[in-house]
Amino acid sequence: MDITLDFGGGAEVLFNNIKKRELKLDDGTKWTLRSFLQYMKDNLLTDRLELFMQGESVRPGILVLVNDTDWELLGELDYEIQPKDTISFISTLHGG
Amino acid sequence: MSQLTKQQIKRYNRQIIVPSIGVKGQVKLLDAKVVIVGAGGLGCPVSSNLTGTGVGTIGIVDYDEVEESNLHRQLLHYESDVLKNSKVDSAINKLQQMNSSIKFIRHNILINSSNAFDILRDYDIVVDCTDNVATRYLLNDACVLLKKPLVSGSALQLEGQLTVYNYQDGPCYRCIFSKPPPPETVQNCGDSGVIGAVTGVIGSLQAMEVVKIIMNHENVMSGKLLLYDAAMCSFRNIKLRSRRKDCEVCGDNPTITKLINYEQFCGMCAMDKNPNLKILSENERMSVSDYQNITNDHLLIDVRAVNEFEMCQIKNSINVPIKQLLAGKLNDELLNEMRQKDVYVVCRRGNDSQLAVKCLSDKYSIKSKDLIGGLYKWNEEIDNNFPLY
Repeated sequence: MDITLDFGGGAEVLFNNIKKRELKLDDGTKWTLRSFLQYMKDNLLTDRLELFMQGESVRPGILVLVNDTDWELLGELDYEIQPKDTISFISTLHGG
Repeated sequence: MSQLTKQQIKRYNRQIIVPSIGVKGQVKLLDAKVVIVGAGGLGCPVSSNLTGTGVGTIGIVDYDEVEESNLHRQLLHYESDVLKNSKVDSAINKLQQMNSSIKFIRHNILINSSNAFDILRDYDIVVDCTDNVATRYLLNDACVLLKKPLVSGSALQLEGQLTVYNYQDGPCYRCIFSKPPPPETVQNCGDSGVIGAVTGVIGSLQAMEVVKIIMNHENVMSGKLLLYDAAMCSFRNIKLRSRRKDCEVCGDNPTITKLINYEQFCGMCAMDKNPNLKILSENERMSVSDYQNITNDHLLIDVRAVNEFEMCQIKNSINVPIKQLLAGKLNDELLNEMRQKDVYVVCRRGNDSQLAVKCLSDKYSIKSKDLIGGLYKWNEEIDNNFPLY
């Protein structure tokens, strides 16, 4: 299935500085955000793991969105990814 | 009879005739008390907008004085204020000239757990224009405990974010971020930079949310987060979770019932100034003056980002950005050279250089020394003409 992956707030620097990309996920398996995080870790992450993840989830300070909605409203790690979803990782900003 | 004076009608009529404001709204604005924490990139546009719009009482909190590196974005501060005026005085001096009918309150102090309640108590709305994680948690908890809405803005480089916390039944900062980010992942304007127009956009949006809260407008940015990306000129409005019933501070059974030590909680300083890291032993460090006396063939590695290195550098130094070094992306040619020569490492203030020395030793078994205090010390003790930023 086709999905869009994008980053904001500087989270893109952990992924080769690419802000937005289209991905084709293997149709044979069921994808949850849990398994997708592992996929990202193994295939896309270009910086140190601890800057992106803690345990099996994202580290504090990164918001995960599916189609512009906080993943907490969608079951977090258990959310089942649907074709055409846009999954976003937004690092919070603190400057001013 | 109008509740407004002839002078007030003359001054504010262009916004009074906007249907959602009206005389009623203008009276509410004149009666409102708003405190702005931080008189920097966000605080300047927030305070100018609220002063113009006629918010009756405006408090400004900041501990810092005006520096030259503020001027590109903090547009209430002028060249004549640099190193002469506190940010609070500098800002209020200009704001008074914009609108002398406003009551301004100066809080020339670093806000912390022991003074926060006294500073914030008398205001209706708190605006977070700060630059660091610890103060953001402090303001959140204080606003929850004092039952005040918190209009939060932030900006870095080409991006900005805006939301309102603790408004009606909406979430607070901790509902969304119950744990602070690891310190090494936090970037600030001093190290990563920010564009003035970006803080201008976010600050103006914060001022608008303040006005909407005063007006009891129904679409306040609570439970939503606005993401502004200047590079794409895109605005995205994100739907956030609701208030968490198990939130540590605003939940049904809160565990935080008074202000805590936020620097300890976050493991970070409550200001956008770098703490002095000390992770190396004495024999892994060198003063800039001792370095200046070295005559043998050696390598000086500058671990700042490429943009920073391009602005200024010590002669013959080689640029290897800290990110590249920590990620283990060093080419073999350089590694060979490093194994054959004495290696010294420099950065802007002497923090990243320590991380680099430690990494070179742990990962590659290369012994090196860092220049204590970095380019700041180099400017101070060796070359006063070396540009600081």
